[in-house]
Amino acid sequence: MTEVAPRRGAAPSPPDTAKRWMIEMVSVHKWFGDFHVLKDINLNVDRGERVVVCGPSGSGKSTLIRCINRLEDYQRGRIIVDGIELTNDLKNVDAIRREVGIVFQHFNLFPHLTVIDNLMLAPVWVRKMPRAEARDLAMTYLERVRIPEQADKYPGQLSGGQQQRVAIARSLCMNPKIMLFDEPTSALDPEMIKEVLDVMVNLAADGMTMLCVTHEMGFARTVADRMIFMDEGEIIEAAAPEKFFSNPRNERTQLFLSQILEH
Amino acid sequence: MVDRADPTVTVRPPRATVGVVGWLRTNLFDGPWNTILTVFALVLLASIVPPTVDWVFLDAVWGAVGADVCKAAAGACWAFLHEKYRLILFGRYPFDEQWRPLLGVVLLIVMLALSCSRANWKLWLGVLWVGGLALFGTLMWGGVFGLAYVETSLWGGLPLTLILSVFGVVVAFPLSILLALGRRSEMPVVRAFSVAYIELIRGVPLISLLFMASFMLPLFLPSGVNLNALLRAQVAIILFTAAYLAEVIRGGLQAIPAGQYEAARALGLGYWRMTGNIILPQAIRLVIPPIVNTFIGMFKDTSLVAIVSLTDLLLATRQAISDPEWRAYFVEGYVFIAVIYFCFCFFMSRYSLYLERELETGHRR
Repeated sequence: MTEVAPRRGAAPSPPDTAKRWMIEMVSVHKWFGDFHVLKDINLNVDRGERVVVCGPSGSGKSTLIRCINRLEDYQRGRIIVDGIELTNDLKNVDAIRREVGIVFQHFNLFPHLTVIDNLMLAPVWVRKMPRAEARDLAMTYLERVRIPEQADKYPGQLSGGQQQRVAIARSLCMNPKIMLFDEPTSALDPEMIKEVLDVMVNLAADGMTMLCVTHEMGFARTVADRMIFMDEGEIIEAAAPEKFFSNPRNERTQLFLSQILEH
Repeated sequence: MVDRADPTVTVRPPRATVGVVGWLRTNLFDGPWNTILTVFALVLLASIVPPTVDWVFLDAVWGAVGADVCKAAAGACWAFLHEKYRLILFGRYPFDEQWRPLLGVVLLIVMLALSCSRANWKLWLGVLWVGGLALFGTLMWGGVFGLAYVETSLWGGLPLTLILSVFGVVVAFPLSILLALGRRSEMPVVRAFSVAYIELIRGVPLISLLFMASFMLPLFLPSGVNLNALLRAQVAIILFTAAYLAEVIRGGLQAIPAGQYEAARALGLGYWRMTGNIILPQAIRLVIPPIVNTFIGMFKDTSLVAIVSLTDLLLATRQAISDPEWRAYFVEGYVFIAVIYFCFCFFMSRYSLYLERELETGHRR
């Protein structure tokens, strides 16, 4: 297995002491029936680090990040998120879900609720925030994703790019420590990709810990602290973007990059 | 191509496609086959409508006259209804007290009407229903405030039909939601119970359930415990409707994309929050037409309680036409209650369309 070390040395700490990683995955295995989706995944993500995961379809990258907030379970190994170990204990799972935001490929907004209600739902019911306060919070984040004027519309009335920005704002309303992105721009029309990536770049600039599955290599180059390449359920290569793009070591990585960067 | 040289000239559609002539052409005389059908339909209407109008209005006997007058007339004998409408509408409820069920029915209808508008779905409506039902019960039973006590075996007609239907809806609906959720539950015992309940109840005709509730249940109860006959029939109707409705709602639940569950869970919502705020509102909206369908069926099925001797609208009508003097005028009686049943059912079906439009929130993805 490739050694996956964090590049950012912002908080230098001796490697032998128990460092508190934001995300710590230790030898995680997952099977769908007989199919071995994740094979011995070891990955540590530092506070404020931005990690971009890429790889061919079916390589397990979405499954990997969905394990982190327990949308998928795994059969072997350990995942520790901000000091809380994921177990079958629902309390732990809920505690982790409160700290981890996720943005899906297909937005998954609640179509029967207005934009503002989509945003207020979790703060009101999960954080028990007063409605007025939740509304202010929601408006703050809608302004941050630059669509406050859409607050009272329904998701079905927005464009794909706007919906995805609402989805990002919805996650941010829970004030997460980590944001997971599962191919956030793959379902978008080309002209809407930029508006979503801009929001993500801003988020990265604010120091959010981000783990992002994407094929947007331009975005990866500007934002990522570390690139991870997955194939057939394994982490094949992990490197800083400069090194990853200019000088990939593994030939599978080289092949993948040549396929997606050719055009 | 349209000539666009002069933009001030508006191009009109050809005359023959607009207006009355256009409508007639496209809808009634669009080709030989269509023309034949139109002519046929006109002939049919001409042979049905005038005799019906004659029977219902022109040749009919109105007002408080005896059955002998009807015998001489060719048309409908509305005098029969004049004579018997109180028996049909209120059954064997004491004659002088029948203002009470009348007031009760009006009260129920007003509450139902108020519940229709989405703007009224507030806390006060729930309070109103609790208060309204208490008042309804007081009116029907009496025994307080100087009202004479009337036992449930004397209740009948429209109030009885409405009681069975309204309580059928109000209790069966939440029960069916629990059953539908139970059938999709990950807990084996809950799931097995729900499946067994739904399949058992659905596999049995309502009539046999009513019989069981009326005649077999008392055998199993300890002596001295005497469950009210109306209550037993009501429970049978509720259990029966809930089983059907549960499957309808399960259909709605299955149409909700997995992404909705994932998004709700990822935000940290628990099972009941997720179900109540995210899944059910969408699932139920999707299945409004079959839900209303089930309710309409249930409303008409309440007439089956006649076989356990509850005097609902239908049995009250049959009692009215069993009067030897008026025996010949059963058609008038059945037309009368058919109109009543139709009004309620038609209203339900229109309301379901309104509700669908009202809850539409743009395109689903």
